[in-house]
Amino acid sequence: MTLFTRRRALIGSLAGAGVGLAGCDQIFQAGRLTESMSFQKVLAVAQTWTLHTQRLLLSGGQLAKEYQLADLSPRFKANGTLHPGGEEYAKQVAGSFADWRLLIDGLVRTPLSLSVAEIRRLPSRTQITRHDCVEGWSAIGQWTGAPLGMLLKAAAPVPTARYAVFHCADNLDGEPAKGGAQAPGQYYESVDLVDAYHPQSLIAYAMNGQPLDIPHGAPLRLRVERQLGYKQAKYIKRIQLVDSLHGLYGGKGGYWEDRGYEWYAGI
Amino acid sequence: MTAELDDRAAPLAEKPSLRLRAREVIYRHTFLVRLTHWLNALAIFIMIGSGLNIFNAHPQLYWGLKGSELDHPFLAIRDMMVGGVERGITTIGSWSFDTTGVLGWSKVGGEWMGRAWPSWLTIPGNQDLADARHWHFLFAWVLSINALVYLVWSLGIRHVQRDLMPTVADLKSIPRSVLEHIQLKHPTGEEAKRYNVLQRLAYLSLIALVTGMILTGLTMSPGFNAVAPWLLDLLGGRQSARSLHFIFASLIVAFIVVHLVEVVLAGPINEVRSMITGRYAVPQEHDHK
Repeated sequence: MTLFTRRRALIGSLAGAGVGLAGCDQIFQAGRLTESMSFQKVLAVAQTWTLHTQRLLLSGGQLAKEYQLADLSPRFKANGTLHPGGEEYAKQVAGSFADWRLLIDGLVRTPLSLSVAEIRRLPSRTQITRHDCVEGWSAIGQWTGAPLGMLLKAAAPVPTARYAVFHCADNLDGEPAKGGAQAPGQYYESVDLVDAYHPQSLIAYAMNGQPLDIPHGAPLRLRVERQLGYKQAKYIKRIQLVDSLHGLYGGKGGYWEDRGYEWYAGI
Repeated sequence: MTAELDDRAAPLAEKPSLRLRAREVIYRHTFLVRLTHWLNALAIFIMIGSGLNIFNAHPQLYWGLKGSELDHPFLAIRDMMVGGVERGITTIGSWSFDTTGVLGWSKVGGEWMGRAWPSWLTIPGNQDLADARHWHFLFAWVLSINALVYLVWSLGIRHVQRDLMPTVADLKSIPRSVLEHIQLKHPTGEEAKRYNVLQRLAYLSLIALVTGMILTGLTMSPGFNAVAPWLLDLLGGRQSARSLHFIFASLIVAFIVVHLVEVVLAGPINEVRSMITGRYAVPQEHDHK
């Protein structure tokens, strides 16, 4: 570089910095690309790879790490709905959830309707696990509940059942759905039967040795420990077994999934 | 590296006045190094932008197994009211800095908004955790596969061992090399045909940092935690892994800054061309007078 001088170097660096200031987003037209539905499909490819890779690596049914009592979060952040509100829920609170029923139906041979007291009398599992919010924070809590797999087996799913859908009592409204009409604000979630039958998947009714409080999902919530926080549906009223997630709410298998988040939240 | 003479330079060399311009051109970068370099650059660029967007969803860092606003972050980028005015405040340990305009409180399309990293640094530019995660995880695959191909191949053909691992003589030359870098002196002739010791250490550090990024990234995945719980223990917990992910990314940014400055100082056209075509004109002594 015969003609090369320090001054040129400086000008070059400044030009480089200018490209930086123009913005990462503008360079890649990331905003516009992200809006395009076909590019959404490209982005979604990664989710499929992640799901299949993790499923392969977890084919031994490995457990999520369990912690010690000393590791419990002094204060466990409650997120999403902190109180479902409404007359119906208020009545349940007043009656200490004595009339709360958990319905298990859909593609099952023997639909069940269980009270919280009945669920509490079933064999239980207690585990201290870490709750990871998609936003990035983590909290450690102790959960006690009935194994989800046991409840589902009692209802005897038919062979075509592929997903367990959790219908909740809370309505988050707020955010519009991605790339379409406003999806219903009702909270719901779903897992496939691999996760539903995992030994750490629970319908939990107690946290840190106390009955679940309202911000954390009273009276019943889901724990699927190898996935993120938004899968841990609270205020569960009904578990519906289905063969497809299409046609339910926004069709993507969960409140946040309908708003663009991954259905498989193992990452 | 095979040396050859630049054909285009040959006729010029016959004119006595231009003889000094005759230069040796070597084949410096193999095709795979060039391909993986650019894929790596693209993936890292997108991962930093989308990573900052993800960071914005919870702009606090912690050490240990767990952490939320109810615990004690060691780093936080927030917007808060200071004397009745909205300001961006960055807190590291017990030090707080007013970073209004860039961190914590910045303009997005002419409108002031509370966001940790400014819009012009994030992918996408608007605050969207769901989309940022899609970008991040797609390019995480690109980065990981690319890194694996590069590493296996360049260990296989002994590129790492031969060109990147410093020799004993290299290590002894560190003080001299540091001095030369400070003086912005670049090696010429035979010395310019091999990486100098600081270059070797920088490139090896980048390999270590990208490996660190992938491992700390995987350690944030609750699914992968069940596959390899030992990684959680090794890194000191999920929140430590998240903080290390951020720190390693910052070190990669530092690498990129130094790397780009060096490219510009060493002759951007020759350097960039060598990473595209593989051919590199060896700087001669007189070039730098």
